[in-house]
Amino acid sequence: MIAFILRRLGGAVLLVFIISAVTFLIFFGLPKLAGTTTDDMAARFAGKSPTPEALAAIKERFGFDQPLAVQYGNFVKAAVTGDTYDTGVEKIDCPAPCLGYSFRTNQSVTDQLVDRFPITLSLVVGAAVIWLLVGVSIGVLSALRRGSLFDRAAMMIALAGVSLPIYFTGLLSLAFVVHQWGLLPPVSYSSFADNPFKWASALILPWITLAFLYAAMYARLTRAGMLETMSEDYIRTARAKGLPERTVITKHALRASLTPLLTVFGLDIGLLFGGAVLTERTFSLKGLGSLALDGVVGSDLPVVLGTVVTASLFVVVANLIVDLLYGVVDPRVRHS
Amino acid sequence: MTAPIEVTGSETQAQPDAVLEGIEGKAIQGRSLGQIAWLRLKRDKVALAGGIIVILLILMAIFAPLVVKLLGHPPNEFHQDLIDPTLGGPTSSLGGMNGDFLLGLEPGNGRDLFSRIVYGARVSLLVGFMATLVAVVIGTVLGVVAGYFGGWVDWVIARLMDIFLAFPLLMFSIAVVGVLPDKWLGLEGNGLRMAILIFIIGFFSWPYIGRIVRGQTISLREREFVDAARSMGARSPYILFREILPNLVAPILVYSTLLIPTNILFEAALSFLGVGISPPTPAWGSMLTDAIRTYQIAPYFVVIPGMAIFITVMAFNLFGDGLRDALDPRSNR
Repeated sequence: MIAFILRRLGGAVLLVFIISAVTFLIFFGLPKLAGTTTDDMAARFAGKSPTPEALAAIKERFGFDQPLAVQYGNFVKAAVTGDTYDTGVEKIDCPAPCLGYSFRTNQSVTDQLVDRFPITLSLVVGAAVIWLLVGVSIGVLSALRRGSLFDRAAMMIALAGVSLPIYFTGLLSLAFVVHQWGLLPPVSYSSFADNPFKWASALILPWITLAFLYAAMYARLTRAGMLETMSEDYIRTARAKGLPERTVITKHALRASLTPLLTVFGLDIGLLFGGAVLTERTFSLKGLGSLALDGVVGSDLPVVLGTVVTASLFVVVANLIVDLLYGVVDPRVRHS
Repeated sequence: MTAPIEVTGSETQAQPDAVLEGIEGKAIQGRSLGQIAWLRLKRDKVALAGGIIVILLILMAIFAPLVVKLLGHPPNEFHQDLIDPTLGGPTSSLGGMNGDFLLGLEPGNGRDLFSRIVYGARVSLLVGFMATLVAVVIGTVLGVVAGYFGGWVDWVIARLMDIFLAFPLLMFSIAVVGVLPDKWLGLEGNGLRMAILIFIIGFFSWPYIGRIVRGQTISLREREFVDAARSMGARSPYILFREILPNLVAPILVYSTLLIPTNILFEAALSFLGVGISPPTPAWGSMLTDAIRTYQIAPYFVVIPGMAIFITVMAFNLFGDGLRDALDPRSNR
């Protein structure tokens, strides 16, 4: 088991390394390829109307004229050991894990990430609880009553659900549920620690909107998995030896058909923790996704790079956790 | 080409449909996969409806200038005389919907929503189709290579697909689109934007096709007809192109039909986030961005572009599901 964990851990570290290198290459290599000069690059880091001295200092500081490998090395080093930025005017300290410093907002990227993360976390956790409960139970019921009116209606709604963009359902519910009918308070974020009730009531709408999409996907996946499991030989065996249908379903079918969902769930959660961009934009929530978007719109490259690397980190960690859980749930995985 | 996706027995074996008709007294006749699929698809009314909507949408996009000339106003023509200057919404009820403006007026500038929807279909469908084409080309080549050659080649490509599938796609795409310059490779403006969108979306969605092609190739590689070709001295290129690839046409067709709506949603999402097609070119996603500012005065402005995306994506999904059921004899029907 320890060898298994170590192997997976090694793979995850390697993956973070690859993804961050590729991201870095795209942000620093691609503009070069397209003819962006080192001055332009420095300008992208510098923020609005920088002094020529500051520009030169940034160019020197980030070493835009050095080979990409050296620049990437500096980035990794800063992330591990921290860094100090000398703009010529002042010295700015950026303690590890330093993912860069935004000269536009005069904040370290890590601080901004830490500030914004609770919003994304609240959004995703609330939605995940809803979509797991609703999606999986509808999927199981649909599979058990295959071909029934319930099944057909549920699957039609699920197909519509995966075809509806989240910003459409989100804006629609904002326009009608909040604005026209006043059924729910306007969407906002307030700290859970301050007032849990206010926290929940102002996030219900984004939760439901996000959960609707994922519940639709999970219902389809669960139904397909259940149907496949129910036609397995061991289900027939379980029935043949006289087990009550309830036991066959709960003890034999459910477990086997829900484990593959674990992978999907891990991936989805990892992706969303890194920033539920569409939902955040729709409801004007200032989470990680909005941070990345703000970075892109304001061409604040350090923020963009930092958010993308963090987002991939979440995916890798979520995958690692799922892999390890799989080792617990399914002993075959440990020994492969 | 006569072999179905999954050749379950020898090719002369009767297909279930043929058996049924044989009972009714007709002679058993051989049918190609295409004929069988068409027979099944004809019976699937929901899928057919999806297919018809898809065809209508494509025609609408191709003949957008003609449609707009007949039924609407130029997409970038302002009609501010019909807009209430204080509220920003249309002066008439129903969002300004009438015989002249079929889908009403955009709040603020008062542009004709109908023609903006019609022209927006061009962006969505073009990006959706071309990006899927990119994905199919990359996915098929890498999938076949991985599945056929196996070994370390397979290992590398399979890991590559894992990495791509576990990538924070949307975050990454907005970032990439954001750092790219305005002029590149002789293209500029929306031409460049469109090319970038097609490339990025295609580049990130190839693993969906690649995984399926790889799996199919692995199972086809071990089939008797491939062994037979090899024992007669056929080389790898011949086996790949003449023995394996024809059998991959059906799954590739099905999964690319199902990838198109995903890619349309992807394009709409990028346009919604402001990193897609830039105004004033109409795109459904960016119309919804404008709706964030105006939903309080003009809720219909959310509904119209949203429904356009929904109907398009749903139609493709219904048709794709139907096509899969028709072409895959094993699928649950």
